[in-house]
This record gives sequence, structure tokens and C-alpha cells, in this order.
Amino acid sequence: MLRYIVKRLLATIPVMGVVALFVFSLLYISPGDPAAVIAGDIATAEDIARIRAQLGLDQPYLVRFSGWMWALAHGDLGTSIFTNLPVSTLIAQRIEPTVALTLCTMIVAVGLAVPLGVLAAARAGGFIDRAVMAISVLGFSVPVFVIAYGLILLFAVQFDWLPVQGYRNLGEGFGPFIRHMILPSVALGIVYMALIARITRATMLDVLAQDYVRTATAKGLAPGTVLMRHALKNAAVPIVTIIGIGVALLIGGVVVTETVFAIPGLGRLTVDAILRRDYPIIQGVTLLFSAAYVLVNLVVDLSYSLFDPRIRY
Amino acid sequence: MTFTLRTGWRIAAGIAFLIGSAASGVALAQGKVLKFVPEADLRSLDPIWTTAYITRNHGYMVYDVLFATDANFKIQPQMVDKWDVSKDGLLYTFTLRDGLKFHDGTPVRAADCIASIERWAKRDVFGQKLGEMTEAWIPVNDKTFRLKLKKPFPYVLDALGKPSSNVPFIMPERIAKTDAFTQITDATGSGPFKMVREQWVPGSKVVYVKNADYVPRKEPPSWGAGGKVVKVDRVEWIYIPDSATAAAALNNGEVDWWQQLPPDLIPVVSKNKDIKVDNTDPLGSIGILRFNHLQPPFNNVKLRQAVLAVLDQKDYAIAIAGDPKNGKPCPSFFTCGTPLANTAGSEALTGKRDFDRAKALVKESGYKGEKIVVMTATDQPIVQAQALVTQELLRKIGLNAELAASDWGTLITRRSSKEPVEKGGWSIFFTWFVGPDITSPALNSPLRGAGEKSWFGWPTDAKLEELRDAWFNAPTPADQKKTAEEMQKRAFETVPYIPTAQFIIPTAYRTNLSGVIISPVTFLWNVEKK
Repeated sequence: MLRYIVKRLLATIPVMGVVALFVFSLLYISPGDPAAVIAGDIATAEDIARIRAQLGLDQPYLVRFSGWMWALAHGDLGTSIFTNLPVSTLIAQRIEPTVALTLCTMIVAVGLAVPLGVLAAARAGGFIDRAVMAISVLGFSVPVFVIAYGLILLFAVQFDWLPVQGYRNLGEGFGPFIRHMILPSVALGIVYMALIARITRATMLDVLAQDYVRTATAKGLAPGTVLMRHALKNAAVPIVTIIGIGVALLIGGVVVTETVFAIPGLGRLTVDAILRRDYPIIQGVTLLFSAAYVLVNLVVDLSYSLFDPRIRY
Repeated sequence: MTFTLRTGWRIAAGIAFLIGSAASGVALAQGKVLKFVPEADLRSLDPIWTTAYITRNHGYMVYDVLFATDANFKIQPQMVDKWDVSKDGLLYTFTLRDGLKFHDGTPVRAADCIASIERWAKRDVFGQKLGEMTEAWIPVNDKTFRLKLKKPFPYVLDALGKPSSNVPFIMPERIAKTDAFTQITDATGSGPFKMVREQWVPGSKVVYVKNADYVPRKEPPSWGAGGKVVKVDRVEWIYIPDSATAAAALNNGEVDWWQQLPPDLIPVVSKNKDIKVDNTDPLGSIGILRFNHLQPPFNNVKLRQAVLAVLDQKDYAIAIAGDPKNGKPCPSFFTCGTPLANTAGSEALTGKRDFDRAKALVKESGYKGEKIVVMTATDQPIVQAQALVTQELLRKIGLNAELAASDWGTLITRRSSKEPVEKGGWSIFFTWFVGPDITSPALNSPLRGAGEKSWFGWPTDAKLEELRDAWFNAPTPADQKKTAEEMQKRAFETVPYIPTAQFIIPTAYRTNLSGVIISPVTFLWNVEKK
């Protein structure tokens, strides 16, 4: 398995190279000029040209790309055009809220979706099944920001139970941390929950129709044991796969959630950087997200062997 | 262990206690902290490198200025204790106040002031003009320095006391020696607040603490002049990009002050009796419709005059501000409510909106239905509102107007294109300036006629440039006013741009705040939190 892991990790290098080339080229051809944003509305074209030269933005494509790749090879993600801070520092400042939000969302979503999906499959066609599916459809249909505003209105403005916005890190105490995480994770988790619940239900229905499940029931095992120990374990592979795919959904959702709840995470960093054309940040964060996605897929692949002993690497 | 209902309740009560006690701890720690939602995210710390208003506002927190404009448009000394001018008007001598110190504890010296002004003069439009007139800045001793001019220039103090971007803030010499086109990252100043650099999270939060060493002037505050007395221990700028969230946070008391309240949220926020919605900006902002003078069809003055004949500022005011209380016509090329605002030639905007005349002018111009590209930025509501009103107007007078919608970042790049519309050029774009930025010919960049050296749109008007030069040489306020009137009259004939409306973006703060200064720039000194 170690050899497989090393092989997969090495395979990420060309993937990241392609991502780097793609992102850099896309930004190069896209309209917009950070020098114009920096100079402000009153500046003249000469001012802008001088700022552009100062930032090296007047250099040809190959010079800029090779310079960036050379720095990247030395572990330097570059410096933000606007804040003049290293991109690595900005990412370090922002990674904790995003990781915390992602983890809390996954806990909320997986913690609710899997039992609901199992229950819906076990009571297929009944009230619980229909209710779970209705919630899933709702979760898919209502945009994250609408759910977020609804939660803010209810739990922050009307009841004043939870804060409207912001982030507190764990260093400031578990209480403030969790108070600031509840609404964003629920808002973001609902879509994710809907996806996992539906897949769990569909996979469980497949598994529950298998002969070995009938055999287990026939030999007198309790329904709960049949469901959890025999059926769910065998349905786990597609569920884990969809959780992995869902990470990509989460990355998209994080941008909206962080904006609505004013959480200083990587999603907000990226959107702000795009709006003002802060190329080094966009490039750095995109590479980071790509690496994270590749690693999540690796973990998902490895986890298959835990659920299905027939899978070996 | 068996999980019973009773165990469940105990766990729930424990979590509720933890969360509750954490919340009360946070509330206790907030005693003298002013939580302020600024108009934008602070991206750069250098108020000379960028003209962004948010960076200017940051500058006012951490830096001090030699002179400042007060509410009567008079230039008042701030860091300067006394100054005099030689009889021939060529030599200014400035002496600094006692007790001025930078945040690192070093005293403010004449050399710091000279280095700061020289750096500013390389970037600012007014500063560049002062630079042209300057023979030398001469340090006399640590507290005194002189400005020697090549010829008399009546606007020395106006330039040094200009209230808006770029403001000539005073920095330590070691920082001010940085090239004017290279961004500084050290926010050491001598202003009433110190920035806590290590707590700065770009895109989220900026933290300032009271500068205990700051010695305020004795006079009461008046705009940027007078005593800058800080009445809170700490100020947190909390950037909330989503306006609905900012409204909820203000309603809840999570923040104390929201600098710019969008028009559509005024009714929502006003319902809360603990919040005051206020107009603290006496000058507001001015919307601007800018033509491309290099390319057809608006390189033809008749077509620009046709638009001027039908443009109704009331429509723009309501489109931008929503509430008639917050928007009004301003038929002057200088900010209404300031000394140089006048009515010369303004019947072009205040008279009857004449569609027949406009159509006749279009015909006379020889317009043959060429495509007109009206640029708009959908992420800038003020720009978007002006664009939509204008597109409708252009269609009504028979012009083939097409909206080119993008984000602001794309728009400001495209506007530098001098190409025809078929090759990525443009015909019209919109922006707005805060009132203090267009109060005089020295500041009003769109009111230039210097061709390709002018601001985007590049109008050529030799007479306008002559009048501008005459204004710089006008010896008395009466002469200055007269020349400004002539400039305006000329501008209404050649139409370099059209001012679309004067509007105010209200501010909203909790009623436990007092001492908010009425000013076109938001200052945070003098504000008390009960």
C-alpha cells in the first residue's frame, strides 16, 4: 500500500503542473489590470503604466510564468500585489476558518445524512422515506445564501441565540468557536446532507435487496444489526465516494457561506483576489485547493479497503 | 454506560452553559472597543501609493497632517504650530507643534515632513502642481522648515491641507524615502491611533489602539482640523462584504457603526430604535458620465451636447440614492455646497429637457447609427444605476446604445483603451467622486482638456487648459471664483463630462455612540461609546 501511496503522491506533481499552467494562462488572458485597481479612479494612464512596470506586469508571458514557476519550485507562492504580504502568510491566516468550517459542515452533514438515508431505505415508501426525500429535494433546491439568511434571521436576529457573523478560533475557547460555527455549518451542510442522504438511501436499497441480507434476516438477526453491520458496511464504498466528491461542492459553497457570515477564510480570500485581480493569491489558492482535492481523492481511494477487504493496493 | 434522557439533558445544559459563559465573557471584554464596519476592505497601507478612499481613511487613523480643511473650507494648522509667508510670497516658514511623536517614540522632525511632502508631490495631482512651483524644501532645524517657491503660488496651504486622496500625511523619513511608486508596509505614523499590525487580517479585520502619546490640539474638531481626541481604547474595522449580514450585525449590536448604508436597507435598519441613520457627509458624492473624446461618435461635440440637452439630474439622483432626501441635482462642475460651485452656464442642465433639440443635434452631428458602447459595472450599484438611466436616454434620442456589463475591475482596464469600439474600445463610462475631490480646478481631473494627457476620455480643449492655468495664477479669491465660472461656462459648451447628480450615502450607528463628526471623510476620533 505504501508503494501505491507514494505512486499516487508522485502523480500529483504533473497534475499540479497542469493546474499551474492552466490557472496562470487563464489569468493572463482574462481582462482586468491590478495596476488600474491600485491606482484608483483619479489616476492617469501614465500612473497606471508606471505601477504596472513596478509590479512586473508589463513583462511577457514566458518571463512571468517562468519567474512564478521558479519561485514555486523554491516554495515561494509569491507576494500579494495589494497587501504586499506573502501569499503563504495570507493563506496561513485564512486556512483555519475554512478547515474548521469544512470539518464542522462534514460532521453536521454526514452525521445527519447517513442515519437519515439508512432510515429512509429501511422504511422505503413510508412516511419517513418521503419526509427524508422531501428534505433532500429542499436542500438541493434552496440556494445556500437563502438558507443562510433564513438562519440568521431566525436564530441571530429574532432569538438572539447565536452571532450573525465572524469567526473565533479555538484558541479563544470552544464556546465562542462553536457559537460562530453553528449557523454557517448548518447553512452549508444542508446541500451536502441532501446529496449524501439520497445516495445513502439509493445504495442501501440496492444492498437491502441482496440475498445475503435476506439470509441474515432469516437466521434471526435483529433488524438494527442487519441494517448497520451487514447492509451499511457494504453500501459504504459509494457513500464514501460521494463524500469525497462533495468536498468539491463544499469548496464552492464555502465561498458563499464565508461571504454571508463574514468568515475570513480561503473562499473570501479568493473572491476578493479575483475582484481586484490579485494574481499571486488566485494562483496560490487555486493550487492549494487542487492539492487538497487530489489528497481527498487519495484518502477516499485508500478508505475503500477498510470497507471492502477485496480491494487491495 | 447507558444513555438516558436525563444524561442527554445534562449534556445539553452543560453545552448551553459553556456557550452562554463564553458569550458573556466576550461582552465584558468589549467595554471601550468601537466596532466599525468600513466602506471597503483595507488592502493597502500606503495612502500615497493608492488613491483608494479606504486607505485614505486608514491614513487619517495613523498619520497626522500639517494642515487640514475645516467645515468652513478654511485651511487650519494641525501639526504646524505657526507659519508665515514672506512679502513676495516666495518663502513659507513652518514650525511644528511641541510634543509630536511617531508611534515608535521618535520625535517628528522637519526632515520627516519634507520627505513625506516630497513623496506625496510625486503622486498627487495638486502635489505635482506644487512640485512644479517649488524651488526647494529647506530644513532649518528639527522643528522648523521652509518652502522656497519659483514664483508665487496662492494655493500652498490648500495643497497641504487637502482633505481627500492623496492626502499629504506625515511619515517618518525612513519610510517616506521609499519610491513613490513602491508600496510601503510600515504603518508607523504620529496620528491619534496606532495600527496593531499583527492583528491585521486583510479581507476581514484591522485593529487600532489609542495612541496615548498623541497630543491633540485644543480647538474643537471640525472636519479634519481641530483636536483629535480619542475617546475609545480600541477600534476594530470589521469588513462585512454582504450588506444584509452587516445590517443584521448592526441590528444585533455585534457592531456599533456601519459606515455606508445601502439605500435599499435604510427602511430595514431605521426600524430599530437603538440605531440612528444619519447623514454625516455634508458634501456627498458626484456621479459622472464620461465621454470618449477620441473616438466617434462622441468626438463630435454636437452629440455630447445632445446628451446634455436631455439628461435630467433628478432621474439620476433617484436612481442612485433611492430616497429623494439622499440625492439631488448639482448643475455645477464643482461640488455643490463648496466655494467654487456656481451657476454659470448651468441652464444647460437646469432648463427644459429638450428632446427635439437633442434629435436635431444628433442629425447635425452626422450620426449614422454607429454602435455606442456604454460601459457598466454590475458590482457597483452607483455605476449601474447611471448606466441604465443613460442607455434609455440615448435610445430616446435615436442613438444605438449597447450596455457592456462587466465587473469594476474589468471596466477600469477597458476604459484605458483608446481603440474604436469594434476593437475593444468604449464610448461612455460612469464613475463618481466624493465631494472634496472635485471642489476646484486643481483637483477636478475630468475637467481637463489636455488631450491624451487628460484623465480617461482624453478631451482636448486648449481654452479650458488656459483657464485652468489662469485659475492657478489668480491672486485673490474673487479672481479665482470668476475664473472657475468661466471654466464651467466653457465646460457646458464643450461637455468634457456631465455631472449626473449629487448624492449621499447615509451612515448608521448604535445610539450608544456620540460625538460622530459631520465631515465628508469619516473620522473616528471624538466618538464616545457609552
